[in-house]
Amino acid sequence: MHPLFRNTAGLGAYLAVWTILAASLAALMRIPGDLTWSEAMSVAVPLCMFYAFVCLTPWYLCRAFPLGSARVGRLLINQLGAAILACALWIGLARLLAFAMDLGPQLNPAIPQLVVVGLLLYPMSVALHYALLAVEASRESALQTRDAELRALKSQINPHFLFNCLNSISALTSTDPARARDMCVLLSDFLRKTLGLGERESISWREELELARTYLDVEQVRFGARLQVEMHVDDDCADCQVPPLVLQPLIENAIKHGIATMVEGGTVRLEGHIENGRLAVRVENSFDPEAPSPRRHGLGLRNVRSRLQTRFGDAAHLQLAAENNSFRAEMVFPCQKATT
Amino acid sequence: MKLRAIIVDDEELARQILREYLDKAGDVEVVAECANGFEAVKAAGEYRPDLLFLDIQMPKLDGFEVLELIDPPVAVIFVTAYDQYALKAFDAAAVDYLLKPFSTDRLSKALERARALLNDPQPRALGASDLAAAARPPGQTLERVVVKDGTKVHIIPIAKLDYVEAQDDYIALHSEKKQYLKQQTISSIEAQLDAARFARVHRSYIVNLERIARIEPYTKDSRVAVLQDGAQLPVSKSGYAKLKELLGENV
Repeated sequence: MHPLFRNTAGLGAYLAVWTILAASLAALMRIPGDLTWSEAMSVAVPLCMFYAFVCLTPWYLCRAFPLGSARVGRLLINQLGAAILACALWIGLARLLAFAMDLGPQLNPAIPQLVVVGLLLYPMSVALHYALLAVEASRESALQTRDAELRALKSQINPHFLFNCLNSISALTSTDPARARDMCVLLSDFLRKTLGLGERESISWREELELARTYLDVEQVRFGARLQVEMHVDDDCADCQVPPLVLQPLIENAIKHGIATMVEGGTVRLEGHIENGRLAVRVENSFDPEAPSPRRHGLGLRNVRSRLQTRFGDAAHLQLAAENNSFRAEMVFPCQKATT
Repeated sequence: MKLRAIIVDDEELARQILREYLDKAGDVEVVAECANGFEAVKAAGEYRPDLLFLDIQMPKLDGFEVLELIDPPVAVIFVTAYDQYALKAFDAAAVDYLLKPFSTDRLSKALERARALLNDPQPRALGASDLAAAARPPGQTLERVVVKDGTKVHIIPIAKLDYVEAQDDYIALHSEKKQYLKQQTISSIEAQLDAARFARVHRSYIVNLERIARIEPYTKDSRVAVLQDGAQLPVSKSGYAKLKELLGENV
């Protein structure tokens, strides 16, 4: 259905515009001097009301032949045919109305004006419809991007992580109830922060770092001495605005495909600096080169890369490098401060 | 009779809770705890347990690989956090599986099943490796092959595997001029290998396509594949057709 029919306010405004058009048309028709105001209006108003609906039909035609499609010839033929048909209807109805009101002879001198107006209005409506479709398409793609982001965020909560945590809590309840309680709090903190991020487009680096810290604290309980963490993050990064959960997948990766593959465990090293107005983040971890490569290879990392690309374009990059027993992910993007 | 059990999990807390539950159960003696796959294979050989609690994601060797390398009879109970694909396959390969976190009741059920199975052992139609192959999630090709040689475990990355040769109940895996014997059928390993990289060129041979130097005629109907290291493998008629399809007409 045409979007105009979705709300009455839109339809009302549209018909109001056509009423003004009808008055203008009546003024044009009076130029040859054979019609009085009331005669001209009595033809112009019903004619325009009818044509108002004819001018909605390009919606379907414009959707069937979108601009930029390869079928330019067919697009032109169809739109031209529709325009001629619409104009013929317009003139035909005008003459019918005039005939019904015994105004036939008086209308004839005004026919050229009618033809010109009819031929102008229809293509204008086509142009407006193409603009309308473009707006709808861009709104749709914005929605889709947002949707993809949300899905990405949800998938961040890895079921493996969650169930293993619950198992650790279950183990601690009998041996060390206080630590079990701490872990419940840590895990709840992490989940609450993660779930709350869905509605936000940007968060400060401080929050992102806090989230990563909470995550590492939880993993620390699971891995014990196998996990060592080193953080060297400059304070001046704190206010940079970053896409939510942009660091989290890097850290998760470092644990899952790094520390978890090592019998003796290893170190996750996180660095953050401002370099030439850009935030440079490095996550380094040890890993076992003999371990089978991850099944869902780099899904989280690919996600980070595409989100950086969408947000910052070529100003951002994510580089991965594996050397001997060490894996490094390096992410650089412009440090935008909040404007408020 | 007390069941003798080994717990294999890389997380200390996960081992701890299982041990606690088993101590409470009373009729199970935990003879060893292992934090990785290598230790598990070693301990299984040393202690000959009745029961193995096996995590899947672990350093060095994963749970499936451990299952391949230990000698039956041992009842295996997988203990895992979440693995939607593997779960279906467990039914075939394991006594039971426990999803973390689990209750003592659930563990008791698993122990009952293990007891029933150990008291009335069903002769298994498949060898351990074939069983493990069946238990692998579908749609996943092998990235490495694990072989046990006495107490030593060899890990052969697929890229270093030159060819596989069938020898009665065994397969010989040839890699870097060495040969490793493994109890598995050639059809079962063929199904596990990436079909774009390995081809069954003969009833008894699977070859790594990257290793083929050239194909030479042998008799009227058969050919030999000469590998880069000089080894010669027979190629059957259907094997040659397969090679032509995979490598193009210029073989």
